[in-house]
Amino acid sequence: MLGIVRRKVGCEVFSAMKFSLALRKVLPTGSALPMNYSTATKEITVREALNSALDEEMSADPKVFLMGEEVGEYQGAYKISKGLLEKYGPDRVLDTPITEAGFAGIGVGAAYYGLRPVVEFMTFNFSLQAIDHIINSAAKSNYMSAGQISVPIVFRGPNGAAAGVGAQHSQCFAAWYAHVPGLKVLTPYSAEDARGLLKAAIRDPDPVVFLENELLYGESFPVSAEVLDSSFCLPIGKAKIEREGKHVTITAYSKMVGYALQAAEILSKEGISAEVINLRSIRPLDRATINASVRKTNRLVTVEEGFPQHGVGAEIGMSVVEESFEYLDAPVERIAGADVPMPYAANLERMAVPQVDNIVHAAKRACYRSVPLAATA
Amino acid sequence: MVTTPVLLLLTTVVTIRPFADSSLHSSMAASAVVRRLSSAPLHDHRLLRPFSTTGSESTITVETSVPFTGHKIDPPSRSVETTPFELLSFFRDMSLMRRMEIAADSLYKSKLIRGFCHLYDGQESIAIGLEAAITKKDAIITAYRDHCIYLGRGGTLVESFAELMGRRAGCSKGKGGSMHFYKKESGFFGGHGIVGAQVPLGCGLAFAQKYLKEGTVSFALYGDGAANQGQLFEALNISALWDLPAILVCENNHYGMGTAEWRSSKSPAYYKRGDYVPGLKVDGMDVLAVKQASKFAKEYALKNGPIILEMDTYRYHGHSMSDPGSTYRTRDEISGVRQERDPIERIRKLLLSHEIATVSDLKDIEKEVRKEVEEAIAQAKENLMPDPSELFTNVYVKGFGVEVSGNASDVSFGADRKEVKAILP
Repeated sequence: MLGIVRRKVGCEVFSAMKFSLALRKVLPTGSALPMNYSTATKEITVREALNSALDEEMSADPKVFLMGEEVGEYQGAYKISKGLLEKYGPDRVLDTPITEAGFAGIGVGAAYYGLRPVVEFMTFNFSLQAIDHIINSAAKSNYMSAGQISVPIVFRGPNGAAAGVGAQHSQCFAAWYAHVPGLKVLTPYSAEDARGLLKAAIRDPDPVVFLENELLYGESFPVSAEVLDSSFCLPIGKAKIEREGKHVTITAYSKMVGYALQAAEILSKEGISAEVINLRSIRPLDRATINASVRKTNRLVTVEEGFPQHGVGAEIGMSVVEESFEYLDAPVERIAGADVPMPYAANLERMAVPQVDNIVHAAKRACYRSVPLAATA
Repeated sequence: MVTTPVLLLLTTVVTIRPFADSSLHSSMAASAVVRRLSSAPLHDHRLLRPFSTTGSESTITVETSVPFTGHKIDPPSRSVETTPFELLSFFRDMSLMRRMEIAADSLYKSKLIRGFCHLYDGQESIAIGLEAAITKKDAIITAYRDHCIYLGRGGTLVESFAELMGRRAGCSKGKGGSMHFYKKESGFFGGHGIVGAQVPLGCGLAFAQKYLKEGTVSFALYGDGAANQGQLFEALNISALWDLPAILVCENNHYGMGTAEWRSSKSPAYYKRGDYVPGLKVDGMDVLAVKQASKFAKEYALKNGPIILEMDTYRYHGHSMSDPGSTYRTRDEISGVRQERDPIERIRKLLLSHEIATVSDLKDIEKEVRKEVEEAIAQAKENLMPDPSELFTNVYVKGFGVEVSGNASDVSFGADRKEVKAILP
C-alpha cells in the first residue's frame, strides 16, 4: 500500500511483547464501537477511525488524556469520544466548562509537566479564544527554552465548513496554524488518514493541530488489516498520492481530496489524467512530493476550502515556483473558498465553497483546454 | 486622587530566646553560624538553602509584621519559626538577588542587555520566602519578572547574566532572553511574556501533579495587572471544580506598568477575587510571612484545591528598564517604602537584634555577594553568542522527526530561502 511508513522512533515503543499485549487490549472485548474483524477489506467511518485511535493510544499510554466540551458524558459533540468515559473514567476523559482559554492553557501546562493531553475544540472556530495558548504557550516553548520544555499536546476538532452553519462556524484554520513554526498541522481525509495521523499526533512530542472535518465523520472508507492494527501509524510530513496521473497535479486536503478525486474521474473521461495528492500534513508540508509530481505533470492546481488570500495554495504555488519553475508549462491555478464570510443561504453557500466543477475547470485551464466563461452576474 | 499603598511598620516580637543568657556564649554561637555560612561553597554562585532547621540549630520564633487576613479561610498564626542559619541565608540570598537586579540595570544601560528587562528588586522576599516553604518537586511558574525566581529555583548567576546578554551559556542558551528563563528539573516552568497566560498554565501543572499523584503543588505567580485577566478566572473555576493543588500568588506591587491598582481594578482586594476560592493577604515584604503563608497554602491546596495568596509588595524599579517608574508614582513613595518595608533591611534588623550577626558580619556578606555578582558578570561577558546553526534548533523536539527516505519535509528557511535553508535537527 502506498505511503505507509513505520515511524522509526515513535513506533519503536511497540516492541514485540508490548505489541501483542496492545493488540490483545484492542481486540473486540470492550471496544467502544462495534467493528467486524473479517478477512475481507473492511470499511470504517472516519468517526470510528478517530474513536479507535483515541482508544488505543489511551490504552497504550496512561499519560494520554482527553479534555474538552462534552467529550465525556455526552459521548462527544460529534460522538468521536463515544465510550471513552466509560472505559477510562473521569480522571482521563474530562468534561470542561465552556472556557477555551482556560482549558487550553491547563492542557498546555499539563503537557509542560509531561502528560500527553488531547484537547478537543468543539470546532476550530472556538480555538480562537485559546489561540494565544496554542501559539505562544505551546508552539514556541521548546524553542524559547532551548529544548527544556517540550509540549506533547494535540489540539483536535472539526475545521472548515459544515452545512449551513454560517459565517462564525465555518472557517478553515489550516493556513493560520501552519503559519507558525513549532506547530505541526495535520489534515486527515480518509479513515486510514484519521487513524494513522491521530496516532502519530498523540505520540509526537511536539504540539500538533489536528484538523478534522465534520462532514467527513460519517463517511466510510476501506481499510486494510494493517491500518486496523493498534501499532499502525502514519508519518507526519508525508503526503499521499491518492491517484496517479500524467497531465496535471491536483493538491488537496481534508474534504477537498474527495472532490479532487471526483474531478479526476470527470477529467479522465475527457482525456486528462490528473494526479491527486492528499497533503495529509500542512505543516510540515511535503514539498518534495508536490514538486516531484509537478516535475512529472508540469501543471498544478491547488485546492483548499479556506479563504484564498495567504492560504495553503499560495504557499504551495510559491514552493513550486521556487523549486520547479522550469518544469511549469502553465501558471499555477488556485481553487479556494470564496473571499467572503460564509453565507447561510444554500445557493450562496454553494458558491462560497469549492465544487467539483471548479476543480475541473481549473485543471482544464492549466491544460490549455478552452473552458466556457462563467456567466457574469 | 492618589492613594499610596499602606506602609506597614516593622515590628518584631520575640517570644523565645534560645541562647543562654550569657552574651559571650551567644556571640560565639552567632559568629560560628556566620563562619559556617561563609565557608559554605560560594564559588558555584548558587543560593544557599538551609540544610535543616533542627538539630544543632536553635529555633527562634518571630512574629510577622502584621497578622494575615483571610477570605473564606482561617488564617495561619503570625508566629513563624525560623533559625539563625535560615535568617542568615535569607539575608544572603536576598542580597544576592538585589545585587543581581541592580547589576542587570547597569548592563541594560550599557546595552549589553537588549529588549525587555523587568527587575524584581523590592520583591525578593517573595521568591525567598516561597522557596523556604516548598521543595524543588513543587512547581513554580511566573510571568516575565522572573530572574530572581529562577535563582531561587537553583539557577546560577552565570546562567542568568549569560541569558540576559544572549550568550550560549544562558539558561535558555541565549534563545529566550530576560522573559524566558526555565529550569524544568527544579520545577521552574518559566518565564512567560503574555500577561496572565501563566495562570492557566500553572493550573495545568497542578493538574498533572494530581493526575500523577505526586503530592506536590504548583504556584502560579502573577501581578495586580494580570489579576483581571479572564483566563485566570476560567482556570480558577476549573481548578476549584477539579480540586487541583494550585496556588495562585498575586504579587501585588500596586502598579500594572503605569496603571495604579485603583485605576485598573474595581476591587483591588485581590485575595478576595477568587470568590468561592479562599484567599490570604500577606505582607509580601516580610520573608517570614511569605514563608508561613506558602507553607499554609501548600498544606491547604493538597487537601482542598486552589487558594489565592495576595502578596503586598513593591518594586523599586519601573515596570521595565524603559520605564523610569516615576511618572505615575512619587519618589517619596518609593523612598518611603525602601525605608519602612525593605525586605533585606527587615532581616538585617532581626539578625542584629537577635545578635546572630554583627553589623560588620553583614557588611562582609554584602561584599562577598557583590564580588560574586561581579565575577559572574565577567564570566558571562566572556561567553560567546550562540552558533548560527542554533537558529534552527529546538523548533521541534530533536530526534523525533520522521525518517522517510528521500523526503526532507522538516525543512526550514532563513530570511532568504535560496541562501539559507536547513533541515531541522
